[in-house]
Amino acid sequence: MSSLFRSEEMCLVQLFFQTESAHNCISELGHLGLVQFKDLNPSATAFQRRFVKEVKKCEEMERILRYLEKEMVKSNIVIAATKEKEMVPCARDVLELESTFEKLEQELREINRNHATLRQNLIELMDIDSLLRMTEDFFEEAESLLTYSEPPSEDSVSMTVSSHITSRRNSNSSTSGALHLSFVAGVIKQERFPAFEKVLWRLFHGNFVLRHAEIQATEELQAVRGAVKKDVFIIFVQGDHVREKIRKVCEGFRASLYSCPKTLYERKQMSNSVMTQMEDLRMILRRTEEYRAGVLTRAAEHVQEWGSKVKKMKAIYYTLNLCNIDITQKLIVAEIWCPVSDLAVVQNALIKGSEQSGSSVTPVLNRIQTQQTPPTFNRTNTFTEGFQAIIDAYGVGTYQEINPAPCTIVTFPFLFAVMFGDCGHGLVMTLFAVWVISQAESLRKWKNEVTDVVIGGRYIILLMGMFSIYTGLIYNDCFSKSFNIFGSSWCVRPMFHPHGPWQNETLHEYHHLQLNPSVPGVYSGDPYVFGIDPVWNIASNKLSFLNSFKMKMSVILGVSHMLFGVTLSLVNFVHFRKFQDIFLQFVPQLIFMLSLFGYLIFLILYKWCITLRSETAPSILLLFINMMLFDYQSEHVLLYGGQKGLQIFLVLTAVLMVPVLLLVKPFLIYRTRMKTRHQVFGNNPNDQHGTDTRSSFSHHQKDEMVSMGDISVYQAIHTVEFCLGCISNTASYLRLWALSLAHAELSEVLWRMVLQVGLKISSGMGSLMLVVLFAAFAVLTVTILLVMEGLSAFLHALRLHWVEFQNKFYEGSGYKFTPLSFDSLLKTQQ
Amino acid sequence: MAATTFVIAMSVMTLLWGLIGGVIPWFIPKGPNRGVIVTMLVLTAVCCYLFWLIAILSQLNPLFGPVLSNDTIWYLYYHWQ
Repeated sequence: MSSLFRSEEMCLVQLFFQTESAHNCISELGHLGLVQFKDLNPSATAFQRRFVKEVKKCEEMERILRYLEKEMVKSNIVIAATKEKEMVPCARDVLELESTFEKLEQELREINRNHATLRQNLIELMDIDSLLRMTEDFFEEAESLLTYSEPPSEDSVSMTVSSHITSRRNSNSSTSGALHLSFVAGVIKQERFPAFEKVLWRLFHGNFVLRHAEIQATEELQAVRGAVKKDVFIIFVQGDHVREKIRKVCEGFRASLYSCPKTLYERKQMSNSVMTQMEDLRMILRRTEEYRAGVLTRAAEHVQEWGSKVKKMKAIYYTLNLCNIDITQKLIVAEIWCPVSDLAVVQNALIKGSEQSGSSVTPVLNRIQTQQTPPTFNRTNTFTEGFQAIIDAYGVGTYQEINPAPCTIVTFPFLFAVMFGDCGHGLVMTLFAVWVISQAESLRKWKNEVTDVVIGGRYIILLMGMFSIYTGLIYNDCFSKSFNIFGSSWCVRPMFHPHGPWQNETLHEYHHLQLNPSVPGVYSGDPYVFGIDPVWNIASNKLSFLNSFKMKMSVILGVSHMLFGVTLSLVNFVHFRKFQDIFLQFVPQLIFMLSLFGYLIFLILYKWCITLRSETAPSILLLFINMMLFDYQSEHVLLYGGQKGLQIFLVLTAVLMVPVLLLVKPFLIYRTRMKTRHQVFGNNPNDQHGTDTRSSFSHHQKDEMVSMGDISVYQAIHTVEFCLGCISNTASYLRLWALSLAHAELSEVLWRMVLQVGLKISSGMGSLMLVVLFAAFAVLTVTILLVMEGLSAFLHALRLHWVEFQNKFYEGSGYKFTPLSFDSLLKTQQ
Repeated sequence: MAATTFVIAMSVMTLLWGLIGGVIPWFIPKGPNRGVIVTMLVLTAVCCYLFWLIAILSQLNPLFGPVLSNDTIWYLYYHWQ
């Protein structure tokens, strides 16, 4: 069964299984990925459902797993990837996993807390250590100051000597000498120091000695504390009572104060004890980190497995929430949508699931008839899923209507290629696509949105590239240059004497000359066999010819594409057995389109095939306009005899189709309804239940009244849309011309202004310049012509498919089949 | 029946695309993908043939010729027969 042309036939199946086997059965179905569960409790909110607690538990476990993973990433522990398909645990395993997770989380949090505290302590000790080391000089200086008994106030404010040592004296012991100095020492952030100094100045009016020094940043210090720079400072002041003030100021600036002993001996002792304390702390920190690493490594082995288990359990509980739980809690009823062709597989899976759970009762499958619309399921493989995705992006097909995806596989890359049309660029695109296809798995690891899109569309890009090579060969355009494989059909020699009008002097006089095809020999009579003649690439009126060619080509391709779309609607009518619609809708539409636009194509082809004198050749556009306006003045030239009569006939036929489309179908529906109404009336006297029929009739009448108006309006909209749409959609296809022109011109600009400049340099530096210019040419080609133009042509080809092609036959009002599938669940998470 | 290049080209291409679109589909082995492959072959043949046909028919009876610069004309005089 060619399943991609139409969505699969689905059936609604009721499942009955026991509560014990529920987990295993649903997990088997999840591995299969072929059934979609229907929500049997649509009125229940999320909180009223039966298994909402379990779902919450699973979410909590997911949160813990995420926290664990973050910690692992922070400590650079590799998470092992597990590949086996493990069994889904039942309810008791849920509890076990939950307790494991909670324990792990608590342990980890405690370790982190301890680590932080230890680190803080280490920082303090380091500060004290640097304080002690740096205070020696300052104390010596202070002692010398004291022996000289000079007031230290004047030179105290800002004196930074390169090797500073600060120290602090004990507040209670004053030094020998007349001045009673006490000191305060501590550590402050370097950026706050100037303001700190100013405040102290204002406070003590300069009556103090302040020394400060930057703590040398060792590596360890940086690792522990970070890049914050701190200064050690010491303040000598007179008197003890001011210490409170200083303490408050220091608190305000968040400087940490440390006590420092007065005598050298005590300071040395303190320094030693600080050293030993630091060593101890360092060892403890190391041990803590090792322990943490150990815990995380052990957890890392299982974290992926746990993750997938939790996800599967959550999915199973979510599915159980959709089912109907029997009052006695023994039976679970579920309704699933399932493809008819896969019923046997589903049954086997259920039997396997119930066997695994050890239940004796096999689940019962009961197929039920329903009026509801089933979901749309298109079975795709790796190649076709890209194309199906771009169709579904516009609208998922109505159940069992024809699927445009198989046709899109070819027509979409073809229309792209018509707009892209350069075999050099097409070749680059094809090679890129081949590379992506071969590296698809390893490229998926990047997990970037853009790369995901490119990987998903790799087959589309491959086909687009291949078709672009073909259309590029026909446009005879390769990086804006043409190939001359078969020999041009145009010859210059016959234009000269004695055959033609030119002399040697003509060449000197005129800068540009036009070849005349009516001069015998200039045009050989046989066109270039494959594509556009290479002479046009070097002609300056290339665009005149190409524009005419491409516009007519766009119209021909567009009308063919739309006729194809209309034909697909016939297939839909046949499938859904709406034979009436074939004559009321398909045939009038076809006649309308063929008589107007089919005739236009005929005119184009006829004008190409006959020989005309160029002065009297009529323009097809004017012919078409005059045909619609019934304008047949004698001076207008016609292409063939009998054209006037035929054209009038065709236009009248087309105009006649419009009321057929507009009125006949609603009229027929109205007539059938009147007939049924008469039948109801006719049976009424014979009927015993008179009132019933009358009430049902009036009810029916109300339905009818609403529906008739709806039907007429809908038909009117459809008719107007189709008829006006024919014209606008045909014109819309002219974008095929427009984009291919833009691409060709951009390509030519890049050649002429970038690469040709490099090739024309005659000096010795030319080769170097050429390297640079070629690099620029390559970069610009890839970014502007391949990426930008590629995206643009992609978008326009997509629009042509979505609007102009699909509005001839596609309804697109279905909903997608979303089966319970563990594979897709785990894939989306990764 | 003068075997002009036009007639030869016409018959070769018609035969080629006719083969691809009309004959090869009968030989595709039965499988789940047969429908898709046949559709692809037929549509490719139709599209490519139509495109080539439009290109060749549009050049069959040209109404005007190319405008060339005098340097190009001088070069072509000697190098194209």
